[in-house]
Amino acid sequence: MKKTEKKLTIHKERCKGCQICVLYCPKKALSIGEKLNKLGYRYVVLSKEDACTACGICAEMCPDVVIEVWRDNE
Amino acid sequence: MNKLFSRGSDALAMAAIDSGLKFYAGYPITPQNDIPEFLSRELPKVGGTFVQAESEVASINMLLGASSCGFRVMTSSSSPGISLMQEGISYLAGSELPAVIVNVSRWGPGLGGIGASQGDYHQATKGGGHGDYFIPVFAPYSVQEMYDLTVKAFDVADKYRTPALILADVMISLMRETLIRRYPEGIKPPEKSWAFGERKGERQKIIKSLYLKGNELEVHNWKLHKKFEEMKKNEILFDKYLCDDADIIIVAFGMVARVARSTIELARENGLKLGLFRPISLVPYPEEELFSLTKTCKNFFVIEMNTGQMLYDVMRILGRNVNIRFYGKPSSYVPTPDDLFNKAKELFNI
Amino acid sequence: MKAVYKKPEVLKNPCFHFCPGCHHGTVHKLVAEAIDSLNLKDSALAVIGVGCGVFLYDYLDVDSLEAPHGRGLAVATGVKRVRPERIVFTYQGDGDLASIGMAESVHAANRGENVTVIFVNNTIYGMTGGQMAPTTLLGQVTTTSPYGREFHRDGYPIRMAEMLATLEGVALSARVSVCTPKYLFDAKKIIKKAFEMQLDNMGFTFVEVLSSCPTNWNMSSMDALNRVKEEMIPFFPLGVFKERKMPDVL
Repeated sequence: MKKTEKKLTIHKERCKGCQICVLYCPKKALSIGEKLNKLGYRYVVLSKEDACTACGICAEMCPDVVIEVWRDNE
Repeated sequence: MNKLFSRGSDALAMAAIDSGLKFYAGYPITPQNDIPEFLSRELPKVGGTFVQAESEVASINMLLGASSCGFRVMTSSSSPGISLMQEGISYLAGSELPAVIVNVSRWGPGLGGIGASQGDYHQATKGGGHGDYFIPVFAPYSVQEMYDLTVKAFDVADKYRTPALILADVMISLMRETLIRRYPEGIKPPEKSWAFGERKGERQKIIKSLYLKGNELEVHNWKLHKKFEEMKKNEILFDKYLCDDADIIIVAFGMVARVARSTIELARENGLKLGLFRPISLVPYPEEELFSLTKTCKNFFVIEMNTGQMLYDVMRILGRNVNIRFYGKPSSYVPTPDDLFNKAKELFNI
Repeated sequence: MKAVYKKPEVLKNPCFHFCPGCHHGTVHKLVAEAIDSLNLKDSALAVIGVGCGVFLYDYLDVDSLEAPHGRGLAVATGVKRVRPERIVFTYQGDGDLASIGMAESVHAANRGENVTVIFVNNTIYGMTGGQMAPTTLLGQVTTTSPYGREFHRDGYPIRMAEMLATLEGVALSARVSVCTPKYLFDAKKIIKKAFEMQLDNMGFTFVEVLSSCPTNWNMSSMDALNRVKEEMIPFFPLGVFKERKMPDVL
């Protein structure tokens, strides 16, 4: 069986580190990193890439449209 | 030619309809109710919309919405209601939206009274709402002028993208006289490419009065000011009557000017040469035209139905080298021609 | 690759000025998604109230008109009456809609104006710096209720969605939240439905969105989410309080 392709695009430059996505990620794949973005916030990173199922909840919940989620057409 | 025997309020409402009024919103208040009553009956017949709003505050803001769509809009009220509208008038001015506002003015402060008054001159001419702006103000003194100046107000409002005010009074509004209902040929509303229409993939339009970035507010305010300077060049209206040989020139507007006309006949029959200078556009004020009268006359008699408001403008324009006397009548009792004749004799020691 | 979630088309600029964790951004997104899904980009016309939401026109690519504080629904009435083909919505906060604009809001609702209201209720004045709002909860500390809102002095918080549901002119009155994924998906559906009902000329559609304001609540965005769930929803229950199934034909 072919592995499903998935992708998270994280627009880190507009992340404000509010952690709403981290809270609601069902797989706890996201976390707030140590680095600062241009706005001066510690921004979200996909720390457990394999755990991510591209369910899209993080993107739906993010108030700042930081995350976009893509998946194969399967 | 459509010659009618008409009431002032009806003449004004007919002018609005002839000007293509699309939207009217208003709230009942004495003594201007004849205008919404007329328009609630007649406006729907010509495809316009009449809304009785919950307040004057709502009325003026409904105008803001309808005007942003490029249509001709009007509201009418009387002094306390006009006070409530000042917020919206300021926003209309700031958002550069045309609208015609009619004040059939009554007494104040507070509830004051419901009779004829000119107590709103300052409010009408010096801004009224907050911020740095002027709006054109026209003061009719006959039923015919209720018609003509309403047509003019719509035209000026569109031309300069500004609210315009008709400062009327109950005497002119309820009086009946001959009206020639003729919409002047050649006046056409301009294209309003700035207004909300069908978008059809065009660029987003934003109509607003909030300017926070950089110097855009300063640029905006100077732009508004420039419109006012243009109005001064193009939109001044006034009337002179027997000023050339006058010993004393009455300066009055609206209904007082009307009484003054009779006073002049009476005085001239009695050997006193009175004249009349009547500003029709109170904003922009006919300053040069008034000042030019000082070449031939040194006595000016300002008469108002208030305690002296336009007086300040006249004093500012004429300076101290002429004789200025004032008679004010801050009550609902309109002075008679005899009253004014006697006052003229008394104040100028004749 | 197929998008599971991508930036709504009409959201031309997602770089919001809102504070971290503020739900205004979420609500902007939901409105944008509804506009996209119903293909309303050309017909939508936003009437924007004064408050943190005033810059909506910088983010959404829709024709926009700024209303004076509280007057959004009077302005929207003027627009919709002369341009009934435009899909008119107001975006207003609780101070705007439920305090200074209460008269305009109630009367527009009562006239059944065919417009949609997105009412963001965060129980506080956000833009002016955290003062007491008509929706501030009892006991809630704000910069003008430093000892907590007290009903003898300040009155009770107003439940707008329930109140407007009593009016004949109202076609839809609902309260939603965006504080959990489930609530957010419900909110999305209701907001879309409100626009659909306007398209069907059903009348006044009103969606109250419970929203967080971490900055003025002096909370982290996590605590703010909890406050919506644990303090706001018990007082401001979620649900559809009125839904008309047919246009008003009386």
